[in-house]
Amino acid sequence: MIARLVEGVRPRALIALAVLLVLFVAAPFVAGDYLLTVLILILYFAFAGQAWNIMMGFAGQLSLGHALYVGLGAYTAAALFVHFGIGPWLGLLVAVPVAAAAGAFIGFLAFRFRVAGAYFAILTIAVAEFARVGFEHLNWTGATAGLFLPVTQYRHNDLWNLRGHPVMFYYILLGATVLAFVACRALLQSRMGYFWLAIREDEEAARAVGIDTFRYKMIAVVISAGMTAFAGVIFAFYYNNLFPEQVFNISQSILIVLAPFVGGLGTLFGPILGAFLLETIAEGMRILLALCGIDLPGTNQLFFGVVLLAVVVAVPEGVWPWLCSRIGLEQKP
Amino acid sequence: MAAEVYLNVAVGGVLTGLVYGLMALGLSVIFGVVRVVNFAHGEMMTIAMYIALTLFTVFHLDPLVMLVPVAAVLFALGYALQAGLINIFITRPEHSQFLLLIAIAIIIVNMLLIIFGPDSQNVQTAYAYESFKFGELIVDATKLYAASTAIVVAGALFGFFRYTPLGTAIRACADNQTGAVVVGLNVKRLYALTFGIGAACVGAAGCMLLLIFDVTPSVGPAYTLLAFVIVITGGLGSMAGAIVGGVLIGLIEAIAGLLFTPSAKSMFVFAILVLVLLVRPQGIMGQRAV
Repeated sequence: MIARLVEGVRPRALIALAVLLVLFVAAPFVAGDYLLTVLILILYFAFAGQAWNIMMGFAGQLSLGHALYVGLGAYTAAALFVHFGIGPWLGLLVAVPVAAAAGAFIGFLAFRFRVAGAYFAILTIAVAEFARVGFEHLNWTGATAGLFLPVTQYRHNDLWNLRGHPVMFYYILLGATVLAFVACRALLQSRMGYFWLAIREDEEAARAVGIDTFRYKMIAVVISAGMTAFAGVIFAFYYNNLFPEQVFNISQSILIVLAPFVGGLGTLFGPILGAFLLETIAEGMRILLALCGIDLPGTNQLFFGVVLLAVVVAVPEGVWPWLCSRIGLEQKP
Repeated sequence: MAAEVYLNVAVGGVLTGLVYGLMALGLSVIFGVVRVVNFAHGEMMTIAMYIALTLFTVFHLDPLVMLVPVAAVLFALGYALQAGLINIFITRPEHSQFLLLIAIAIIIVNMLLIIFGPDSQNVQTAYAYESFKFGELIVDATKLYAASTAIVVAGALFGFFRYTPLGTAIRACADNQTGAVVVGLNVKRLYALTFGIGAACVGAAGCMLLLIFDVTPSVGPAYTLLAFVIVITGGLGSMAGAIVGGVLIGLIEAIAGLLFTPSAKSMFVFAILVLVLLVRPQGIMGQRAV
């Protein structure tokens, strides 16, 4: 299994990957609380972006409503914890299928009736918005007033109930990101991965050579939705509070899209590099604005818009592929 | 509840729906000709709403009177956007175009947020509380004025596309781009004009909606989505479909708001979208299968 995974990867690349991993593992020992928060955000968006990338980057289905899966995952696990005392790891067994079922519903609706391209993107936004308004009226999960997880001072990290210090969340997310990276590489090299790429490049042709496009697109959506739900569960237990207006918001979906898009659509490193770039530049901006004494709501988001615009215009294929061609690296991570 | 309550609400919904229709018409025209999906549509409308709002609060100019200048400003904005940015993207993949317009949408929302702040604002015209009485039927004056204006603007647009040489040229571009180039039409300029016209529609619709609803910077995405739902319901590429879809959605919103709670009305709108995609993906007035 491991031999198959590293097959075809040059030793230099492996060493670089190992160094990167060691750096990430060591980071909490040197980073302060503030830096740790930023690192957690980077890993969160890298992981969620990786999940989104399966759908769009691999199978070519543009989802602009991934907040739906974040929200469903977060609310399911949190509600089970608050109402029945069921821990997040068991909650995951419910949260992931719920999100996957939502993905399957959207996929079925869209792929069955050949809803593609812009229509598909709009359908994903619409279902996410539907869920947002629905949860705003669902009293069981606190409606607009929000759902709160009990917070007390914990002397030790309770890994089973996910209650504890941010460092614990950092390592969980790091593990998830590494796993997602490895899984995505395995998927890309599998038979299904090639089917996905064929569908992405030319769906008619893919169908003509006998690929069951409906089935493989469905699988992509379900995997992507399930993975995103995990990110949602972590979101819920890390922040301890959930509001429909916040988790299900379109801007939440857009944020998930940004990292893989800026980093490089369909590449394995894209989401990670994109998340790193966006968060570091955003934090840099925040610090710079604070130094200048400017405190206006929206400046940060405005900046995301400008970066996205610049990337779309100047490096439409993403930063990672651009970087690869610049340093003469073969475009294969 | 008495029947006339339903009737009153339904009429109000239809009138609002006509304004929605005009907004969606802009989206439909842009997609029909340029083949670009304007993900910044609602955001462009909020620009128009804020221009009208500022004109009202500073100079006490009525939004309906200011409709033409505001639409002209939006036309210029749309023209510049298409000529300067979107034309480059015509040959690029679809998702690249989406993200370009999403980037523009994000920039618009947050520029407005920085300039005008997050609070919701509205205009109080002299006729804000006036209404007309037709027997049992009571109709809000603002809604009636707004809807009548929407019909006039939409009618003018129909006429423009049907009878003027420029309108015919734009329709030629939509039908067959290569053919249009062959007969010597400047397609890129016509695209810019079309985007400008679409933006002007939404500018006019923004002035009218300002009379009916409050405006905050963050309502943009909701209106974008609403315009999409209307256009898909009515049938993409069909101008009449946009108006019919708008009226239908306006009506459903109003009735749902009455029967359940106003804050849940958008759920019914999305349910309609799912239903249309399931039963008739080409829309009510659409001819081709998607």
